[in-house]
Amino acid sequence: MSILVRNLTKSYGYAKAVDDISFEVHSGEILGFLGPNGAGKTTTMRIITCYLSPNRGTVQVEGRDVHTESLEVRKLVGYLPEQNPLYLDMNVLEYLEYTAQLQAVAGPMIPRRMKEMVEVCGLAEMKHKDIGQLSKGYRQRVGLAAAMIHDPKVLILDEPTSGLDPNQIVEIRSLIQNLGKQKTVILSTHILPEVQATCNRVIIINRGKIVADGPIQELQRSMHGGMKILLEVETPENQGAELISIQIKSIPSIEVVSVLNERHEIKKFAIETSNAADIRKDLFQLCVQKGWNLLELHMEQTSLEDIFRQLTQDVKK
Amino acid sequence: MNFANIKYIFRKELKSFFNSPVAYIVIVVYLVILGWFFTSNLFLNNMSTLRTVFEMTPFLLLFFGPAMTMRLISEEKKTGTLELLFTKPVKEYEIITGKFLAAWALYFFTLLPTLCYYITVTIIGTLDTGAVIGGYLGLMLVGAVFLAISVFGSSITENQIVAFIVSLFIVFALFMLDKVLFYLPSSLGNILEYISIDYHFSNIARGVIDSRDIIYYASAVGFSLFMATVVLQKRRWA
Repeated sequence: MSILVRNLTKSYGYAKAVDDISFEVHSGEILGFLGPNGAGKTTTMRIITCYLSPNRGTVQVEGRDVHTESLEVRKLVGYLPEQNPLYLDMNVLEYLEYTAQLQAVAGPMIPRRMKEMVEVCGLAEMKHKDIGQLSKGYRQRVGLAAAMIHDPKVLILDEPTSGLDPNQIVEIRSLIQNLGKQKTVILSTHILPEVQATCNRVIIINRGKIVADGPIQELQRSMHGGMKILLEVETPENQGAELISIQIKSIPSIEVVSVLNERHEIKKFAIETSNAADIRKDLFQLCVQKGWNLLELHMEQTSLEDIFRQLTQDVKK
Repeated sequence: MNFANIKYIFRKELKSFFNSPVAYIVIVVYLVILGWFFTSNLFLNNMSTLRTVFEMTPFLLLFFGPAMTMRLISEEKKTGTLELLFTKPVKEYEIITGKFLAAWALYFFTLLPTLCYYITVTIIGTLDTGAVIGGYLGLMLVGAVFLAISVFGSSITENQIVAFIVSLFIVFALFMLDKVLFYLPSSLGNILEYISIDYHFSNIARGVIDSRDIIYYASAVGFSLFMATVVLQKRRWA
């Protein structure tokens, strides 16, 4: 067990930022922490990194309590805060050295760790530049390098890819995935594809409570079993999209048929079913029967976006 | 207490003083103002003494102390780098102590060039070296109090200007205390006299090193830094 959170509660005044949440993270896991803005992601991370103290509950990192063994915990954790604050007047190497010193890296090890981090994070060309002169992408790399300088067992990254261009995002993601092989990683984000690309487990948090916890595939399965099917057909011009959608609806278990677009003969529909039954066969048969030309038939799995929206909006209603 | 951490923070802060214009502006402006007061009176008074240095410096320090230290913590609060420090195995008082010592060292480097006056005056006259040593010791102690208070001022806000004004206000009040004693009842006067910075300084500046004065300075510095530490620790429970 790498991280253990039990009945954690944190309030700011009367507002509860985190409300009685519990979860565990095993070593070697990359956990995605998802939630709308203000859901309590950053607060939870700040408690695990000992920046804030919880009002109630216990948090342990590698078996050490954040309250009673705070300094030990801080040695085990590498943290990249939201907004990635850095000392802009220091150059990259100075900053890495300072971080290593404060993280209590043994003196003789420091140059080696700095060299490794510069290599891993691709900072070789920038290492003598002031951080203030670096672009956002490079600053993010400096932040990551600093978070990992003491080879921590646990990495906590608060929105690690915010403000990066697509190439940099891909780079940082693959970096995180590599790290996840030996370390425990928690990363927060509200970019959903990021979770799908990097994490093997997701926790969705909303209004201070955990609303879903599990591997992505499992979450997709557990969501109420509706399917979404895209259908594109070519029909004679005299049959309008409305008419066709009524015919499609004759298939049982179809709930909604909506017309996505209609250009002369070609019509596109989105079909939603009420259960997990695969109705593609029925649709195909229908097309054959009616003499429509089938152009596209595609089943979509419930995406993480859908899960996320369902879980985080229901509560608000 | 982890002295290594204090040393790292001290070194980093001192370096950033000298990497930015702060150190040079403070040193140059201080020397120009002091130099003007010192030389314009030296031959007029025809006395071999460094009294101008010892009298003017605490007064100038009222402004320079808060100006030197105003960004020390407030800047880190504003940019968020304080969060980096707090999540490293470093204690709050180590951060405060390191930063305070860096400001005190910058103050030491500001005073250092005034030794020229000492050399000049000893060449053309005879100077009481004991009194000079006492004077400089007193200046370092007064400086320590002013700077510690300003570190506290910097810790309570993320706005440098607010930090400057709050620090200036506290330091100025302590400095002026023994100038208004005259208007107060004598029972209150004794207490306020003891709190006043200037009262203790005048003893040391005469070359009298009294343990009561040393204790006063040490406790004023200790109390200010303690308060700054409390302010930083408070954020955990915010």
